[in-house]
Order: sequence, then C-alpha cells, then structure tokens
Amino acid sequence: MEYNGSAIIAMTGKNCVAIAADRRFGVQALTLGMDFQKIFRVTDRTYIGLSGLATDVTTLNERFRYKVNMYRLNEEREIGTKTFAHMVSSSQYEKRQAIPEFPWRFGPYFVEPVIAGLEKDNTPFICSMDTIGCINYAKDFVVAGTATEQLYGVCESFWEPDLEPEDLFETISQALLNAMDRDALSGWGGIVHVITPTGVITRTLKGRMD
Amino acid sequence: MSNRYSFSLTTFSSSGKLGQIEYALAAVAQGVTAIGIKAANGVVIATEKKTPSFLVDETTLTKVASISKNIGMVYAGMGPDARLLLDKARKSAQEYKRTYCEEPPTLMLVKEVASVMQEYTQSGGVRPFGVSLLIAGIDETGPMLYQVDPSGSYWAWKASAIGKNMINAKTFLEKRYSSTMEIEDAVHTAILTLKEGIEGQISETNIEIGIAQQIETTNRDGELVKVGVFRSLSNAEIKDYLTNIA
Repeated sequence: MEYNGSAIIAMTGKNCVAIAADRRFGVQALTLGMDFQKIFRVTDRTYIGLSGLATDVTTLNERFRYKVNMYRLNEEREIGTKTFAHMVSSSQYEKRQAIPEFPWRFGPYFVEPVIAGLEKDNTPFICSMDTIGCINYAKDFVVAGTATEQLYGVCESFWEPDLEPEDLFETISQALLNAMDRDALSGWGGIVHVITPTGVITRTLKGRMD
Repeated sequence: MSNRYSFSLTTFSSSGKLGQIEYALAAVAQGVTAIGIKAANGVVIATEKKTPSFLVDETTLTKVASISKNIGMVYAGMGPDARLLLDKARKSAQEYKRTYCEEPPTLMLVKEVASVMQEYTQSGGVRPFGVSLLIAGIDETGPMLYQVDPSGSYWAWKASAIGKNMINAKTFLEKRYSSTMEIEDAVHTAILTLKEGIEGQISETNIEIGIAQQIETTNRDGELVKVGVFRSLSNAEIKDYLTNIA
C-alpha cells in the first residue's frame, strides 16, 4: 500500500453513487506521474477502484475486464454490481496463498478494491475489500488506500443521506481533496465519477499539485 | 484410461451418423416416461416410478431431484448415468454460487450439463450417457424447461416428454397445452399425461412430481422477497391432486 500510495472513496446518494480517486503514481516519496488511472469502468453502471501496488492495479484491471467480457458472452447479460463484487472477492481469495501449481506467484494481489454501482432497480451499492477479498458492505461510504484514516475522518463529517448527484459530487470531491492534503503518498489531482440511472458524470479535480 | 490408445467409441459412419449416440437415444426411448410442462408462473416435471418387483421399497426411490435451490431435474433412461450427471450439475451449481454468491440461472446450468454430455461423445474410452434430462428452473428471466439429450444438444420447451411413451405423451401435450396455463393446471395436465401411458392404476406411490415456482420469503435482512424455488411434491400433495382429478 505504501509503495505507490493512493486514495479511493465511494459514496451513496439518492439513486446515485459516486466513486473518486487521486491520480498520483509514485514510488515511495518520489512522484513519477500525475495521470495514473485507478478507477475503471466495468459496465455502464458499475465502476471499480483499485488501490495499492500499481503493477497489480493494472494486472487486475485486465483480469477483471477479461472475466466480465467472458461473463457477458456466456450469460448473455451484463454483470450486476453485487455479482461483480462477489466475483472480485472470489478472484482475490483464490490468490490468498501460494498454490503448489504456481509457486512463483506468492500470496495475494496487493490491492484493496472499492466497488460502486447501481443495482438493477437503481438502488446504490458500494463495498470495499481487503487484499484477500473480505467484503465490507456499507450504506454510506467506503474508503481505501494510504489516506484511509483521513478519508474516514472527512467522510464522517461531510456525508449525509439521500444526496442528489450534484451535491454528492461536491461532497465526495471535498472529502477527497481534504483527505489527500493530509497524506503525502496520494494526491496530485483527482477524478470523480457520479453514476446515475441515466449516465455517468466524470470530472477531474485539480488539487494541490506540489 | 491408462493407455494412450483409448480412441473414442463414438465415430462417424460413412453416412455421417454417430451410431453410439443413436443407441444412446434408443436406451432413452426404453426408459420410463418423464414429462415437463412450463406454465405461466412455474414449471412442472413429472415421471412414473417403476419398480422391477413389488418387493422393492419404492419409498427410497427418487427420480425427481433438485440441483440447486431453484433448479431441478428428472431423467429418462439409465439411472446410474443420471446420478453422475446430477452430481456434476450440483457441483457446478455450488461452484457458481461460490464465485457469484447467487443461484445459477437455469440456462447456465443446462449449458454446463450439456457440455459434460457432449464431452462423453468425443472422448476416448468412454460411452455417451444413456439418458435424456428434463431440467426445470425458475430465475429472473422466468420459468424455463430444458431438455438435454445424450449428444449434448439442448432445447427450451413449452412442454416435452422423454422415454418410452414420449410420442403419445407429446401428442397429448400438444392438444392440452396453453401458454396461459398456471402451475396448478400444469400439474393436472402432467398427471393426466402420465395417466395415459401408465400400466395399471395411477397412485401417489407410483408417480413423482417436482415444481419450480416463485415463492415469497423473508431474507436475512427481514425484507419480503420473491425467490425461485424447486421442490418435489410429497405423497400427500400428490394424493390431493389425484383426488381432485378423479
């Protein structure tokens, strides 16, 4: 977690959810990039944020894209948010420990996923996970990365139930920006996706870029 | 199969037929009749229960089996073959549940079973399954009835019959079927169809019925939800249906 650094949050609103992340790519204290993608589209109404080791973030994005594509072809339907979350969880858990057939891949992916999306009936669904896929369901917000402590703090004071998409955007953005300012390993701008039944609103944030 | 020369028994004849598969279908055609009917709000599968001698304890015999919470099956043909497929189907249902934390859709399970049956038509050292299956399930797309054959091909049916009396049963079903029919009617039609082909008196001890339908239950959060459930009817329930008909 501390090697590359990251800050990811997801929040629920009224018939909408938001997911946001910082855009820093660094190696310990050395910042190397300010446009690193940590949130990925799964379906039109499901997004996943991957915090942790950057190489595993990239690998897992590709693995999940493959699995979701296979699911779509096999089942002739889009995967639901909750279903996808459980698929991520079981994919993580199967790498919990080194298995005899693949002794060179030791242990889990060093990634804590955050999943946000709308269910078929437009009810919001968010959850976070540890590196071995233990799911944390929440009705309000979930956080992950090196700035979790700060994120929990701001979310506890900023979040309120039944926020409309625009208000939810403001809340999640302020939560992310303020938490990142108190964490050295994440920051350098942010990105926010607000998922609504009619579409996804994506905006980039400019924070303290130093 | 220890040696490397265990070729597949299922080979094409010069006319393009696969003899082994046709023989497997012949084995099915000798099997005890099983039928399935899809109603507007559920599916019924039913079969005759035949014992080689009246000394057999027929209470231990079950041909209608549940694969997962919302899916069940019945077979015509060789019992032991069907049992192996049932085992595999149950395993694959549990595997699906383990990864997605939800019951498999009927079609996914049917595809899984069908691919096992196909594999046994092309692998070395094995023979095709001597069974046809009727798989009944209910999921978010609604009630579904599938038939899977020894070749591994599968179709969705509104109503179908397999086994000894399939021709007559199908003609009977063609006359009786209506797409607006509800589950209760479908059970009656199923019983009447079996009655046509049964030797001797029909009773709750010599037929089996399974139904897949939506029921209301409370989930672990205490919310009232509708879930698809497959279950076999008890002897008492079958008896009720029989007295209603007579």
